[in-house]
Amino acid sequence: MSVPATQLLRVTRIRAVTDRVREIRLADPDGRPLAGYAPGSHLVVTAGGTRNAYSLTGSGIAPGDYRISVLRTGDDGGSAWLHDVLRAGDLLAVEPPRSAFRPELAARKSFLVAAGIGVTPILSHLAAARAWGRPVEVVYGYRPGEAAHLEEVRQLAGPDLVEAQGRVALADALRERMAVQPWGTHAHACGPAAVLDLFTATARAAGWPPARVHLEHFRAPELSPGRPFTARLRRSGREFPVPSGTSLLEAVLAAGVEVPSMCRQGVCGQCLVPVAAGRVDHRDLVLDEADRLASTHLLACVSRAADTHLELDL
Amino acid sequence: MTATDVRDRALPARIASFPFPFPTDTYRYSTNVEPALAPRSTAAGSWGEHVLHVDEHYASDSAECAALLAADPTRLQELPHMRPAAWDAMLYVMGELRRARPDAFGLDRLGGDRWRWRNALLRIEQEFTFGDDATLPSGPLEFVAPQVQDDLVLLDQREGALWADAGVVTAAADWSMRFDVGMSFPEIHGPVPRVHPEGVIDRAHQFLMRLQPGEAYRRTNWTMTVGRRLDTATETYPEWGPDRRLVLEQDLGARLHLRVEVQHLVRLPSSGAVLFLIRTHLLPLEDLARVPAWRDRFAAVLEELPEDMADYKGLTRFRSAAVAWLRGAA
Ligand code: HEM
Ligand code: FES
Repeated sequence: MSVPATQLLRVTRIRAVTDRVREIRLADPDGRPLAGYAPGSHLVVTAGGTRNAYSLTGSGIAPGDYRISVLRTGDDGGSAWLHDVLRAGDLLAVEPPRSAFRPELAARKSFLVAAGIGVTPILSHLAAARAWGRPVEVVYGYRPGEAAHLEEVRQLAGPDLVEAQGRVALADALRERMAVQPWGTHAHACGPAAVLDLFTATARAAGWPPARVHLEHFRAPELSPGRPFTARLRRSGREFPVPSGTSLLEAVLAAGVEVPSMCRQGVCGQCLVPVAAGRVDHRDLVLDEADRLASTHLLACVSRAADTHLELDL
Repeated sequence: MTATDVRDRALPARIASFPFPFPTDTYRYSTNVEPALAPRSTAAGSWGEHVLHVDEHYASDSAECAALLAADPTRLQELPHMRPAAWDAMLYVMGELRRARPDAFGLDRLGGDRWRWRNALLRIEQEFTFGDDATLPSGPLEFVAPQVQDDLVLLDQREGALWADAGVVTAAADWSMRFDVGMSFPEIHGPVPRVHPEGVIDRAHQFLMRLQPGEAYRRTNWTMTVGRRLDTATETYPEWGPDRRLVLEQDLGARLHLRVEVQHLVRLPSSGAVLFLIRTHLLPLEDLARVPAWRDRFAAVLEELPEDMADYKGLTRFRSAAVAWLRGAA
C-alpha cells in the first residue's frame, strides 16, 4: 500500500546465534516505546544500500525491543553488510513492522513447521501461542550445529516439539505429525522453497484443507517505493523528477498544481488525473480491467510510470 | 462575513468541534477513508486531531453505556478466540485516551507485562497484567467500553475476509451487534443500497485487509435522529422508532439532529485484528443553522438525496420538513 515511513533505530546488542546467524536487537534511540506487531511480522531493513525483509522473533506484545536474526547468505549484499559492517550503537534504517504471516486467532491448534533460518517467524508464533495459552506443536528441521534459536524453541515448546535433523528426518516427522492433528488445526511453515513444497505436498496427501495451510514466503512489502521517473504536465509545460519513495501525487502537489486527495492509498478515487502520454503502472484498487487497458486516467497517490517518462494532462 | 457569523463569533465547542461531513452539495456513498490523526477544518472550527475525542458528554455517555450493558449484556459480544484482540483493543484505547488528554488519563508500564491505568474523570485506578483476565474486574472489552465514548467492533481476518467476531455497541444507528456477530464484512453491509454494484464495499474490504500494524484511518457516516438519543439500536426500536413518525411541527429545530459517526479503522498491533471505532455526534438543526454554510449545504444535500438512500437512512418522514425548516431559518 502506501510507502511506509522509515525510522532510525539504535542497535542495542548483537549476538552470534550460530556461526552464520547473528541476532540484532533494535530500540528507539530516544527510548520511546516501539509499535507492537502481529506474530510472524517482518521488518524491512535498509542495509548496505539494499532493502531486505527479516522476521521479528518476539511475541509482538508491547515489545521492549525488536529482534531479528540474520543468516549470512553471501559475501556482498545486505546480510553480509549486517554481519561485517554493522556494530552495536549504530543507527539502522527500518520500515515499521509489516504483517503477512499471522497466526489464526480462531484456530483450534497451531501446527508450526520451521526449517533452517525459517525458525525466526515460527519462534514468534510460538512465543505468542504460549503467551495466550493457545495449543501448539512445533516441528523444527535443522542441520546439526546450525540450529538457530534451538534452546529458546526447546524452552518454549517443551514437550510439544519434534526435532528433525536433516531433510529425510523432517519428511518423516511431517508425514507422521500431520496425519494426527485435530480437525481445526492450522499449519504454518517457514523455510527454504524445497521444504515448503514438501510441506504442502504432505498436507495435501493428508487431506488438509488448503485454507488451513499457510506459508511464509518473503515478498517485497505490498507496494515498493517504485523506480524514479520524470513527470511532465502537458498544459503547464512543467517537468520534474519523481524520486523513488515519493508518490506522483506528492510530486505534483510540490510542483504547485492542485489535485484533490483523500485516502492516499488508492481506494477512494479522489486523486484521479488524466494521462496524456506514457505507460502506467496502475497500483490502485479503484480502476477496473477496462480502465487500466484504456489507461486514460491514473490514481496519482499510488500509481507510477511504467517507464522513465509520464505525461499528465494537467 | 455575514451577520450570523458575527453574532456567533464564539461558537460553543459542540458546534466548533462538530465533524460536519459534507464536502459538496450532493452526497453519495464512496470508500471515503483518509488517514486519521490530522485535524480537519470546517466552516465552524475543526475536528479529528486525535483518534478519541473526549467532550462534555463523557461522564453521561459513560453512565449510559454502563447502564445499557447492565440492562442488556448482549450488547457485548465476543467469540472465544477474540480475547487477545480484546486485550489489544483495550491497551490501544487506553493509549489513545492518554494521547488525547494526558491530564485526565495515565498509562504506565510497570515492568514486563504489568501496567497501571488511571482515569481521573471516572476515578478509576487499575493495575493489570496484559493478557491475564484475573487482573481486571471484568473482561477487557467490558472494562474499557464505558471509559470511551466510541462503540468498538473487532474484526478477525481469516480465509480472505474480515469477520466481526467481537464488539460492544451501545450507540448503534439501527443495527445490532448481537445480530451481526460472526458475520463477514460484506454480509454486514448486505442491507445497504447501492454500495455493492458500485464496488464501495469490496474496495473497503480489500483496503481494510491490507491495513498494516498501527495504521489508523477514518471516515464519516451520517443519518438523522429525533431527540438527543445515542442508542437507536434495533433492540430498542419500540422506544425510539415511533419518534420518527411524530409530526414535527413545533420544536423541529431543537428535536431533529444531524447524526454523524466518526469511524476509525485501526490494525491492532499484536493480535492483528482490525478495530472499528464508531463515535456518534449529534447536533440539533438549530445549532447547525448557526453556521450558515452548514445550513445551506445540509439543506441542499437533504433535498437532493435519492429516495432509496433516504429510505435506508430512515429520513423519509421528515426530510421535506427538515429542508423547509433549514431554508426558513436562513
Ligand atoms: C472503509 C470502511 C467502511 C465503509 C466504506 C463502510 C460503508 C458503509 C455504508 C455506506 C453504510 C450505509 C450507512 C448509511 O447510509 O447510514 C454502512 C453501514 C454499516 N456499516 Fe459500514 N463501512 C465501513 C466499515 C465498517 C466496519 C469495519 C464495520 C464493522 C462491523 C461496519 C459496519 C456497518 C454496519 C453494522 C452498518 C449498518 C448496516 C445495516 O443496515 O444493518 N462498517 N457502511
Ligand atoms: S487519494 Fe484516494 S485514491 Fe488517491
